[in-house]
Amino acid sequence: MAIVDFIVQNQLPMQVVPPDWPGGYWWHWLFFTVVLIGFVLIMVMGVIYVERRGLGRMQSRLGPNRTGPFGLLQAVADAVKVLLKENIVPDKADKLVHWLAPVVAFVPVLMIFAVVPFQNGALLADLNIGILYVVAISSVATVGVFMAGWGSSNKYSLLGAMRNVAAVVSYEMPLVLAVLGVVLVAGSLSMNQIVLAQDIPYILFQPLGFLIFFAAGCAEINRSPFDLMEADQELVAGFHIEYSGMKFAMFYLVEYAEAIAIAAIITTLFLGGWRGPILPPWLWFIVKVIIVFFVMVWTRATFPRVRIDQLMALAWKFLFPLALINLFVTAIQVLVWPDALPWIVIIINFAIMGILILLWSKFFKLGWGRLEV
Amino acid sequence: MKFERYGLGLIKGMTVTIQHLLRHPTVTQFPEQRLNISRRTRGNELIWSREKCTGCATCAKTCPQGAIEIVTATNLADNKYEVETYRVDTGYCIQCGLCVEACPYDALFMGYSFERAKYRRGDLVQTDDELLESPERPASAYFHPEIDEKLPKQTLLIDKIVEKRK
Amino acid sequence: MTTTEMMTLKTEPFVLNFGPVHPSTHGVYRMRATLDGEVILDIEPVVGYLHRGIEKLAEERTYSGFIPLTDRLDYISPMSNNLGYCLAVEKLAGIKVPERAEYLRVIMAELQRLANHCIAIGSFLNDTGAYYTPFMYAFREREKIIDLFDMVCGQRLTYNYMRIGGVSQDIPDEFLPALKKIVEGMSRWIDEYDFLLMQNEILLARTKGVGVLPRETAINCGISGPVARGSGVNWDLRKADPYSIYDRFEFDIPLGETGDCYDRYRVRVEEMRQSLRIIKQAMNDIPAGPVRADVPHLVRPPAGEAYAHIEAPKGELGYYLVSDNSIAPYRCHIRPTSLINLTALREMVKGWKVADLIAIFGSIDITMGEVDR
Repeated sequence: MAIVDFIVQNQLPMQVVPPDWPGGYWWHWLFFTVVLIGFVLIMVMGVIYVERRGLGRMQSRLGPNRTGPFGLLQAVADAVKVLLKENIVPDKADKLVHWLAPVVAFVPVLMIFAVVPFQNGALLADLNIGILYVVAISSVATVGVFMAGWGSSNKYSLLGAMRNVAAVVSYEMPLVLAVLGVVLVAGSLSMNQIVLAQDIPYILFQPLGFLIFFAAGCAEINRSPFDLMEADQELVAGFHIEYSGMKFAMFYLVEYAEAIAIAAIITTLFLGGWRGPILPPWLWFIVKVIIVFFVMVWTRATFPRVRIDQLMALAWKFLFPLALINLFVTAIQVLVWPDALPWIVIIINFAIMGILILLWSKFFKLGWGRLEV
Repeated sequence: MKFERYGLGLIKGMTVTIQHLLRHPTVTQFPEQRLNISRRTRGNELIWSREKCTGCATCAKTCPQGAIEIVTATNLADNKYEVETYRVDTGYCIQCGLCVEACPYDALFMGYSFERAKYRRGDLVQTDDELLESPERPASAYFHPEIDEKLPKQTLLIDKIVEKRK
Repeated sequence: MTTTEMMTLKTEPFVLNFGPVHPSTHGVYRMRATLDGEVILDIEPVVGYLHRGIEKLAEERTYSGFIPLTDRLDYISPMSNNLGYCLAVEKLAGIKVPERAEYLRVIMAELQRLANHCIAIGSFLNDTGAYYTPFMYAFREREKIIDLFDMVCGQRLTYNYMRIGGVSQDIPDEFLPALKKIVEGMSRWIDEYDFLLMQNEILLARTKGVGVLPRETAINCGISGPVARGSGVNWDLRKADPYSIYDRFEFDIPLGETGDCYDRYRVRVEEMRQSLRIIKQAMNDIPAGPVRADVPHLVRPPAGEAYAHIEAPKGELGYYLVSDNSIAPYRCHIRPTSLINLTALREMVKGWKVADLIAIFGSIDITMGEVDR
């Protein structure tokens, strides 16, 4: 408790960035577009470095360490290599769809960042339905993935794309329900308002919501243990098996940009966004994003991959009911005891999370196994 | 899928990976850091001693790949039987070491070096003087325990890890 | 409920080629799988991509000249291959092996079993989708054993250590202390694997009850080794038909109950512990003396035939030799472990999903060098 009090008291005074900073609507638009694209590209390089080095060390090896100091330029070297590679389009491919797929997949991911606040008010568009916008936009990337799978005219990539569509459609449900819990507590759909409302990070108010959002988010963006659509042991590379050169790089970029996007949303919704003591807000934001991403790397290094039927069962039988109950409980708390002491609510919520997970672990079998053929 | 252990199994695994993050990695950065290879290394070259060789061709008969070619001739002036050509196609050689083992006069050695890549297939065929021992072509102690002591002691991974954790 | 009842749309099965170049086929195996969506209806194995005619090559070489080629059969466990072949020739020629050589052979064969199971477990867990972490750990342990093999015979993969009538060279002085360190440390390292994944829910879900090989089928197909023992067939040649000096050691044969992937995995881990027990006993009892019987380089066994079989890490490995009293075998037939274990694959995978196909295939632990010979 003392720590949280310390954090709350030591926060920098919240300077509200005016909505048209730095001067004028179009300047604001231009500035933030450039900054966002730069942010995404640089962060992608950063997280690729974090992932490869982190995975390396967790696997008792070093990871890339030759290009530049500590291998920091490895992502740059890879990018140059990929740019110079030949662009191969399969003979039987649907050329237009094959060509368009990486773009369709990349644009929505970039658009998510428009509503992510880096500082109080420092965001491209402070939509009052920010989180709804994120949920709506992030699903569009799936269309790109499916186009890639279909347009390649390869059975492996088609299987991967089908898995992706199935996973995203199913996991959207618990994802949105988990978000709704936060929205109820914060009382706003705007990302900036949600951050402003978090004097205590919502991971404490919504522990179950956080877990559900993390799992569902991982499934949405193909992170392990739900990376079924590119499952390199089964489908070799899944939907992007027929891509090479820059188009492959786009998919690679999408993968990590999506991971950053989900990490940024988790940061904003559950970890207090840009708020934190001592350090400037935007740095806090980036640090939190990288921590969340590191947890994703950590799970990737440890877990085996679930099977497709288990993936679906996990969404519908485990996460979905838990998310509903979580939403229900949160609604009651917000409605009945709006002025309850935060610590009591936190303890109750953790207890509820424990009980629910125990119950569901005990009584529900996920996945049906073998079919008679 | 059933969370029989309420997710504790997942957390247990994660503790192992996070411990490895803090441990020293096992790998060696090859060109800069080199481990000593075994003293008995069967490197990918053959070392031949012209003085000891009598041209009996036991090696050529033992070679499972037929990579050794030996031409002998009788030197009538000195009343000696001597080796005219000794040719090894290292491209065919599978480094089994049977020739070294079979040589009754200890005239053959396996090489100790292992970086012997060549640009051309033809360069792999080594003849006569190219096969002699030299500082660039040290001999290995495979079936020659007498040169065991001259070679550095093998670095064992197990020792290395024990050292690092101290 | 069968899949046909579930279908409402008009669908048709499609054929998907796994291999010969696929990351999880452990070499150049090829499976033509008939799939109904994700469900496997049938698979048709295609072998022969790595055929080198080793049995025929044996007829062209002397008895001792064939030993290096046995390394190339099951290149994961060459020591066991050497041992099996040498036992067959010794049986044919009636050669008595010195005591010390017998002990060395047992130590090497059991170390080889450890090294092989390291790879088997590592690649099996990798096939279930754990992103290379168990694989790297397993290879790290294998590396320590490979160091010992390098020390005694000078190579890291194709050992060519056993000879007709003994072993090629005596062990150097530093061998036994290093072996002692490995034997002491190994059980701790095996515990680490257990801790990493043995109780992981996702792994349990992916392997428990998956790819069940019933006891009857295992016997009828002639399955041997950990795959058979995972199905509860108590058949270990070290006990059933003791060769070399295995009757002097105390060890247990771990048995599985259901015969699923998890049982095969567990049996392998247990076998590693039992191998350590054997090595410990052999290490303490090893006598001094010669390591090689007085056998000429060109062995000329009397006309006749002999079959020797050993419990190789993957199962029963047999060599059948026919001699016509010349320096080369008249006929050499090898009973490959992997090929015969592979025959049960079709029964095991029917009705499972694509992901399970890879996991089940990984749990059989084959080497293509041995399948195609």
